[in-house]
Amino acid sequence: MAEAVAIAARPVRAKLSRDDVIMRAAMVVLGLFLLAVIVLPLYFMLSKSFETYSFRFESIEFQINDGDGWGETLNALTLGESLGVITPERITTTNGGRFQATELFPDFSFRSPRLYRIRNARPDAGGFMLGGGPVFHTDWVEVTSNEFRRVQIRPALSTGLGNYVAYVNTPSLFFSVYNSLFIAVTTTVIVIGLAFFYAYALTRTCMPYKGLFRVVALIPILAPSLLPAISLVYLFGNQGVLKALLMGESIYGPIGIVIGSAFWTFPHALMILVTALSISDARLYEAAEALRTSRLRTFLTVTLPGAKYGLISAIFVVFTLVITDFGVPKVIGGQFNVLATDIYKQVIGQQNFQMGAVVSVVLLLPAVVAFVVDRIVQRKQVALLSARAVPLQPKPNRRIDIAMAFYCGAVGIVIVGMLGMAFWASLIKFWPYNLSLSLNNYNFDVMDGGGWEAYGNSIRMALYTAFFGTVIIFSGAYLVEKGRGFRFGRGLIQLLAILPMAVPGMVLGLAYIFFFNHPDNPLGFIYGTMAILVLCTITHFYTVSHLTAATALKQMDPEFEAVSASLKAPFYRTFARVTVPVCLPAILDVSIYLFVNAMTTVSAVVFLYSTDTTLASVAVLNMDDAGDIAPAAAMAMMIVYTSAGMRLLHALLTRGLQRRTQAWRTR
Amino acid sequence: MATGTQTGNPYLRIANVIKKFGDFTALDDVSIEIDEGEFVCFLGPSGCGKTTLLRAIAGLELQTYGRIEQAGRDISALPPSARDFGIVFQSYALFPNLSVFRNIAYGLENRKLQKAEIDSRVHDLLELVGLTGQDDKYPAQLSGGQQQRVALARALATSPGLLLLDEPLSALDARVRVHLRHEIKDLQNRLGVTTIMVTHDQEEALTMADRIVVMNHGVIEQVGTPVAIYRNPATAFVADFIGKMNFVDGTIAGAGRVRLGDVELACDTDDLQSGVTVQVAVRPEDIVARNVAASQDNAFVATVADLEFLGSSLRVELTGKGLGDRRLIADLSVNLMRELALEPGHDVMVCIPAERIRLYAAGR
Ligand SMILES: Nc1ncnc2c1ncn2[C@@H]1O[C@H](COP(=O)(O)OP(=O)(O)O)[C@@H](O)[C@H]1O
Ligand SMILES: [Mg+2]
Repeated sequence: MAEAVAIAARPVRAKLSRDDVIMRAAMVVLGLFLLAVIVLPLYFMLSKSFETYSFRFESIEFQINDGDGWGETLNALTLGESLGVITPERITTTNGGRFQATELFPDFSFRSPRLYRIRNARPDAGGFMLGGGPVFHTDWVEVTSNEFRRVQIRPALSTGLGNYVAYVNTPSLFFSVYNSLFIAVTTTVIVIGLAFFYAYALTRTCMPYKGLFRVVALIPILAPSLLPAISLVYLFGNQGVLKALLMGESIYGPIGIVIGSAFWTFPHALMILVTALSISDARLYEAAEALRTSRLRTFLTVTLPGAKYGLISAIFVVFTLVITDFGVPKVIGGQFNVLATDIYKQVIGQQNFQMGAVVSVVLLLPAVVAFVVDRIVQRKQVALLSARAVPLQPKPNRRIDIAMAFYCGAVGIVIVGMLGMAFWASLIKFWPYNLSLSLNNYNFDVMDGGGWEAYGNSIRMALYTAFFGTVIIFSGAYLVEKGRGFRFGRGLIQLLAILPMAVPGMVLGLAYIFFFNHPDNPLGFIYGTMAILVLCTITHFYTVSHLTAATALKQMDPEFEAVSASLKAPFYRTFARVTVPVCLPAILDVSIYLFVNAMTTVSAVVFLYSTDTTLASVAVLNMDDAGDIAPAAAMAMMIVYTSAGMRLLHALLTRGLQRRTQAWRTR
Repeated sequence: MATGTQTGNPYLRIANVIKKFGDFTALDDVSIEIDEGEFVCFLGPSGCGKTTLLRAIAGLELQTYGRIEQAGRDISALPPSARDFGIVFQSYALFPNLSVFRNIAYGLENRKLQKAEIDSRVHDLLELVGLTGQDDKYPAQLSGGQQQRVALARALATSPGLLLLDEPLSALDARVRVHLRHEIKDLQNRLGVTTIMVTHDQEEALTMADRIVVMNHGVIEQVGTPVAIYRNPATAFVADFIGKMNFVDGTIAGAGRVRLGDVELACDTDDLQSGVTVQVAVRPEDIVARNVAASQDNAFVATVADLEFLGSSLRVELTGKGLGDRRLIADLSVNLMRELALEPGHDVMVCIPAERIRLYAAGR
């Protein structure tokens, strides 16, 4: 008994197998990877937003020698204030801000024989620029008048909420919050309304041409969000075909942003709602029918509550997509500023990185809220799914079926019309004066923006992203789902894998600048290369891919790993021979998803491309910016053709795979 | 608790194993010893910790405390791949994309065997489990019973010292299940491999096992041969869980006497004091009604409250008279019933042999 007590007192500690060691090492590598591609960049961005720069004039001192010895010590602040050149607004600045020392000496002449001394009285004062470079030490520096004209006072760095205060107090910036919210809410209401009835028609009626309507509704996924905006310019712009329909209103502004955003977010909402409406329980409808409930009442009391979670999820997804989108407001927003374009303007236009970081943090807030809500709802919906429900078989109802076909037809015509407009515009010689067709607009090499090389870069980037992304993400999901023990590490990686969904593309791109362009970052060498574009894109679309892979892995028998361990097969053998083949459809789904998104994305990469790595989507943006809107349409169409081609290839591959593996797939 | 009945060195020794999931204790100080070549069943209601114990033996779920030895080797902390066992799960976990042949050969391919050796070994195994000629089929093309056999063949392919079966038959329909019980038992006999099977089906355990380990709420209630467990259940739980058992309240009336209402019966009272209340347990088939004389030991009269026809036998509910409102179920043969011509409301003289009465502490 004494021996038993002694044994019981000591918990058993697992001895690790070779598999465990390899898997843990892989998990550490993956953890470091995720740390480097998402956590650290965000951290750097956050700390950047708290960085403020201001001139410490009180610590800068001068002395003058007019040939009769050095005069009394003059303080820059006292000098400047008495002259009225230093005002509170001039004290706060950015890291690039410089103050010309000569401003403090109105009688300055560079030909004068006068000598100057200047001193940085405190080591943390920010120093000054002098000919060759910055001076930070606290000794007097003596210069001639000619040298003195190049003396510039530098600002000092401090941390605090200064940027946020400035943000809130700058009406032109702060007003974008209202604008963004207004656009996002309006678009969400419109898109959810349209998509809900479209999804209802697809799942709950016997409407004809369902397959066609399904495909048409998914078209916008193939296009960058810039495309609908370009189409809108042609349709409703100053020389637009349908300009009259706007009755004097301008398309450049909220109207254009809402229509364009609605176009490209429609399929995202639709897919969620179709799923939600497909899982409803037929028994509820039978009960409603038995009770002679009217169709409208059934809709209100059974259909809507049943799709509740799907609706909530779709609402938040659309809201997030719209508020974080950059493409549509950039092209069609006109003077109407939103958060995403503000980041771009602050960073690219004004080089004010701190303020860009502040706007990013502001933009991160709604996205994070939406993300949290979506996570909670997803969890609830899974529970709903696993309940024993009888799938609903819609019954024909001539009136409703025909009405729905007309409705879907109308939506479909708008979608095809928008795409068609861009297609047509890309083929027209000179809008609106010469409507004859030509391929001139596809001659990208004679235009600014990146030319065909940009298109080639996009293809390469998309292929790398699809390949490396799939490998990393699927392996990562495998480690999380199938690893043995090490619960803490797996939970942490799971968390890191979900995180990117909450980060808008613009924010991610900017965060990458701060992190990878930091002078002390050993990974800095990838800045400006293809690698950083690929990394950024993989990260941007990590979460959805991870969840797809994890779902497929969860559906596999959890005991495969146990069996293969008992048979002494190393885990990588079972991974290669069983896991990957069984999950191949999901793997293909992930890779096509990554490919298409890499082709169409613009928000994350717009900060990260270099002249050697311009992308097609960025070229669309730049050509549009330069007024080359027809070539921009042509390049956007090139992206559509490529995505569509890849989708088709994917469909063929999947079908071929299904045929080949039919023998062992029960369903 | 020392529960091994064998002497000498056991093949598998489980000593003081405790498994906690957070605050919940799934296994509470479990110790068993299993001999080489034995067929042992872990039997108990769902959630009692059988699978957890099996997985601890396999190394798939590490026990929180305690020691496990196999063939004299301490395997307590080893990963599954360093232990010596073959396992069949309830789901079979056959690799869906590999043929029957590839599934069975899976463990052999890691052992640097010649292709011809693997071929012949797989074909031997297929023959052993009665699936000759099915090599090229995929698991999805086989019936549940056939899949089960493939899983068994795969687990046996590497000739493990220990075969672990977790509810291997529960996914099958009743007829296939009964058939496979015999096949598995037969196979085990022929190969002589030490086998542990988890089941919640007492019939399965009683027909297949050399020894049964009855578990409840993470503790072992009793270990013994099927007959011993059926005849002498050590606890009220085992008595209730295995077979059918009457439980009625009684009081010790003196050394070797127990009183049920006005009926006093002779039985083994161990060292229980007079006046102690107990549960009196009797199996329905142990109540005798043929040629019982009033003068006989442990004979008493009761009224038939209800009759239930079960085919070859009748289930008779006895109450009233000396029993008061206590109810006893008796299984009587149809033949006897015809002789006695019993109907509800009739009185009948029955007796319970003293050695068939078991007493358990009251208030279970
Ligand atoms: N991984 C786990 N985490 C928490 N509780 C568990 C886990 N596995 C099993 N349990 C709990 O331990 C108890 C015993 O489970 P198990 O051994 O599977 O029972 P069974 O006897 O039916 O095979 C159950 O109450 C179960 O809920
Ligand atoms: Mg179990």
